[in-house]
Amino acid sequence: MEHKLSFKDYNEALKQDKLLGLKCKQCGTITVPPKITCGQCAGTDMDVIELSGKGEIQTFTTVFVPPEEREAEAPYIIVLVQLDEGPWIMGNLAGIEPDKATMEIMGKRVKMGHAVFAGDKYSDGDGARPLFSFGA
Amino acid sequence: MRKVAVIGVGMTKFSGKQDKTCVELFGEAAMDAINEANLKPKDIQALFVGNVLGDFSEGQGQPQAFAADYIGAFNVPANKYENACASASAAARDAFMWVASGFYDVVLAGGTETAAKMGTPLATRTFAMGSDSRYEYPAGITFPGVFAMLTHLYAKKHGIPLEKLKRQMAQVSVNSHYYGALNPKAHFQKEITMDKVLDGFMVCQPLQLLDCCPFSDGASAIVLASEEKAKKLTDKPVYVVGIGQASAGNLLSQKDYLPRLRSRELSAKQAYDMAGLSPKDIDVCELHDCFSIATIIALEGLGFFEFGKASEAVERGETKIGGKIPVNPSGGLKSKGHPIGATGTAQVYDIVKQLRGECGERQVEGAKTGMTDTLGGDGGTIVNLILKRGW
Ligand SMILES: [Zn+2]
Repeated sequence: MEHKLSFKDYNEALKQDKLLGLKCKQCGTITVPPKITCGQCAGTDMDVIELSGKGEIQTFTTVFVPPEEREAEAPYIIVLVQLDEGPWIMGNLAGIEPDKATMEIMGKRVKMGHAVFAGDKYSDGDGARPLFSFGA
Repeated sequence: MRKVAVIGVGMTKFSGKQDKTCVELFGEAAMDAINEANLKPKDIQALFVGNVLGDFSEGQGQPQAFAADYIGAFNVPANKYENACASASAAARDAFMWVASGFYDVVLAGGTETAAKMGTPLATRTFAMGSDSRYEYPAGITFPGVFAMLTHLYAKKHGIPLEKLKRQMAQVSVNSHYYGALNPKAHFQKEITMDKVLDGFMVCQPLQLLDCCPFSDGASAIVLASEEKAKKLTDKPVYVVGIGQASAGNLLSQKDYLPRLRSRELSAKQAYDMAGLSPKDIDVCELHDCFSIATIIALEGLGFFEFGKASEAVERGETKIGGKIPVNPSGGLKSKGHPIGATGTAQVYDIVKQLRGECGERQVEGAKTGMTDTLGGDGGTIVNLILKRGW
């Protein structure tokens, strides 16, 4: 079966600050990141859509002990953001000192940019991720 | 389906970096289990072995085949299970089904891991491979990072001030070390204080060092046999009366449930339903305390406490021996250690010892029914087993 939206296409779009997803024609659910079926009803009839990239921080952590080859990035903040269209997405957060982040940031409005993980010897190439900043 | 019993168990001491290979460690645990079952290696009809990172830690692929040969179970079918930290429990569940189905009478399930060998940077990298490589890893996710985010979600959802929750979480680690200090097989055999937990360096906000389990080396194994065989070989068979397993996608796909883990709730229900039991029937539980908050989430997902109430219950001592549900009297992943591919059957090892009454100072008196809970990744796999005394 053909992919409506592959990782490669999603990743290339994210590098242009475009967040793509899939909208199910059966149940209306938006699936981000993409899958071969709807995240709600497992239907396959979906349209590719562009999302606003705006949303609200649901939770976060500041990573002080990073994985191998990501030492230079630490400390960094990871956030789970609920997009205005409904889905949750994982990204990083800019605009605050990583070691100053507290639960106060949960619920704050954010808007999306992007950053690229260049990849390591295991990762099969690079991977963009949302880089959020406050305000939206 | 036929009844299936655990008739022999073995585990190595869990530890930091070992000089032994993962196959050698598995051999030690497997031979102990086989000897305890009054069997010989030639009696084992198949091997089911959990191992996650042998290729990274030792350059060793398919350790299960070499393990079968190493212990003298020559040429028997041998399969590896990779379900992140739940690998050995997935192996045990499948082993159960092969015996329950009548295809085999005696099989060996277990697991082996040399995670400490890798050192923290590579271990952190390879453990993170249990998260979504495309949609989570680019943001730099790590395992402590996942549970750190669940901690903040838990505190907010239940309206518990983080500082209060952190003290309750610290109590989880203090309890684990209290029992681990009494367990000669434990990676860490010393008690810790709440102050020490709260003074530890920050790993992933808000999880500090002693909120986290260690990277460990070690192996464990159990012999499973049909009821008919078991009765001939032992007067203390421990029956596997309930099994459950469920999967889930990345954290994003679990948004409607977090900080609850839906896969655990589905898996536990399967196990309870199959056993015809409910949480109140469980006398002792070995659950997946990879992080202090993980214990609290598991206590609720397994049905021992209402959602939002487990952290208080820990504070009141209800998860210690003598409390409502004794949890991890082995020391758990936190203190006994967490050689990931071996953890599940090491939990079974401890439950079997408890049901046989062989745990000395950390014995739950009169325990008849026990449960294991093993989690892989950020909920990607959960396996639950319920075990019952057969005498
Ligand atoms: Zn749908």
